[in-house]
Amino acid sequence: MAAAVSILPEQQLAVLNGAYRKAVARKRLRLTMATAVFLAALAVAAIGAEVDIRTLVAKIGNFASYFDRIFTLESGARVWTDLGEWLWGWQKWLSLLGETVLISYVGTLAGAILAFALNFLTAENTSPAPWLRFAIKRLMEFCRTVPDIVFALIFVIAFGLGPMAGVLAIMIHSVGALGKLYSEIVENIDMKPVEGVRSTGASWLSCMRFAVVPQVAAGFASYTLLRFEINVRGASVMGFVGAGGIGQELVVAVRKFYYSDVSAILLMIIISVFVIDIGTGWARGRLFGKEARA
Amino acid sequence: MTQLPTPDSEDLRARYPEVFSQPVSARLAMPAMLLGAAGIFAFGLVELDFSPARMLAGLHQLGWITLMMIPPDPGSSLPAYLVALGETLSIALLGTTLAAVFALPVSLLAARNIVPSNIFRFPVRRFLDSIRGVDTLIWALVWINVVGLGPFAGVLAIAVSDFGAFGKLFSEAIEAADKKQVEGVRASGGNALHEIRFGLLPQVLPVIAGQVLYFIESNTRSATIIGIVGAGGIGLQLAEQIRVLEWQKVSFLILMILVAVAAIDWISSRLRFAIIGRRAVA
Repeated sequence: MAAAVSILPEQQLAVLNGAYRKAVARKRLRLTMATAVFLAALAVAAIGAEVDIRTLVAKIGNFASYFDRIFTLESGARVWTDLGEWLWGWQKWLSLLGETVLISYVGTLAGAILAFALNFLTAENTSPAPWLRFAIKRLMEFCRTVPDIVFALIFVIAFGLGPMAGVLAIMIHSVGALGKLYSEIVENIDMKPVEGVRSTGASWLSCMRFAVVPQVAAGFASYTLLRFEINVRGASVMGFVGAGGIGQELVVAVRKFYYSDVSAILLMIIISVFVIDIGTGWARGRLFGKEARA
Repeated sequence: MTQLPTPDSEDLRARYPEVFSQPVSARLAMPAMLLGAAGIFAFGLVELDFSPARMLAGLHQLGWITLMMIPPDPGSSLPAYLVALGETLSIALLGTTLAAVFALPVSLLAARNIVPSNIFRFPVRRFLDSIRGVDTLIWALVWINVVGLGPFAGVLAIAVSDFGAFGKLFSEAIEAADKKQVEGVRASGGNALHEIRFGLLPQVLPVIAGQVLYFIESNTRSATIIGIVGAGGIGLQLAEQIRVLEWQKVSFLILMILVAVAAIDWISSRLRFAIIGRRAVA
């Protein structure tokens, strides 16, 4: 049976159609205006950034040929035909990569410990005093807005060249980034256990230890692992400013046009980032699995 | 008031043995993990040349540097810094837009509901992963070799490294889209392109717009540092002033960056709310 579609009388329909057209026209106008503003902003930006399509067209061949060159050995053969020659410095590079991972490990862990200590003071529901919350929040904002490599540049001057500056830079940045994420987790907890512990006359510290920490530990660990993953990437360029790790070797290879070394080092960085991504992904899956079971 | 019977601990122990006696392996797992983590941490400190003496000397030095940073003062180079800041914002905006434009078609290829075949999808995904594995600064180094020093290299560096990130995020957004609307378009006789244009894009565009805005925000931060390797923007000025130890200028530049990032944060979160609604963001 076909359903009857009722059609409204002519005048009523005209009014509704008019309103519909007007609404659509308004939406179109808004979209056109937004697009125009955006395109204008892009045009201004293109002038500001000295974008020159002619340079790009003229030199885009260089981009392809650059990749051609970094995959060619000095003998002219392709790199993968002679792995021994390509990866000639693998022992040195591997130990530098190890240093890179260690920098991000120590930096992340130190940052996580500090962020752990501070985040209970900044979460809205556990903060003991509003002024303290405000002050520490601003401090964390500062720590995460200034890029870690800028901290590294300054620390290299204060602490001397070497991985120590890189560790401290990553630590400071992690305090800011993790502190914010941690306190967001704490703000989402169930407050009943906290009230329960407080009703027994426990101090603020005991409330945190026995009512808050058990609820948030898995989330904290998960974010920390994610941060570690990000920091490995960050640590791979710390060497650009002399703060340790594989970056130093890479920047030398790029600047001195040791083409096949560039591709070898990049390959090793990409592989180690992959391995760490997969490892932390697995660990996070297990953590969340555990949490779901409990 | 009735007195509840006091639970007899012996009785409870007998009834719930698994609560009271965990296997040794489960009880030892946590301390072992913590011990291992602490062990690697200590090894790292030794391996990376940490020492209390160096730490103290460094902190002393850092204290001096901080004192010398006050008050922040641009000297006579304020116009140059403002131009550099404009350059940085331009780099972030252009780089992100370029990346989004190129990533959209590629992300379609990497989405499971559009390209069901694993053979095609797998290499596209690995390709995107490799691009993401390389830091923006490294891409900046490569592009400087191609188009020369200057902000244009920075734009291309951000575009390439975001291309990898966008490809992944967009394809995830596409995979999460509702299938029914696509089927509706197909049922009314639309071809594959119609399905994407009228069934899929209206669903994913707001999500994508939100992500692009978020990246413009985070790229403002990245764009402040690519100048360190010579790819334009305020990072170039910052790195130079740090190298010549002009600390008052350094602190002024850092303040400029903080203000610019806060401003962009504010604008883009406003826009995001306008596009996808307040609830979806929170």
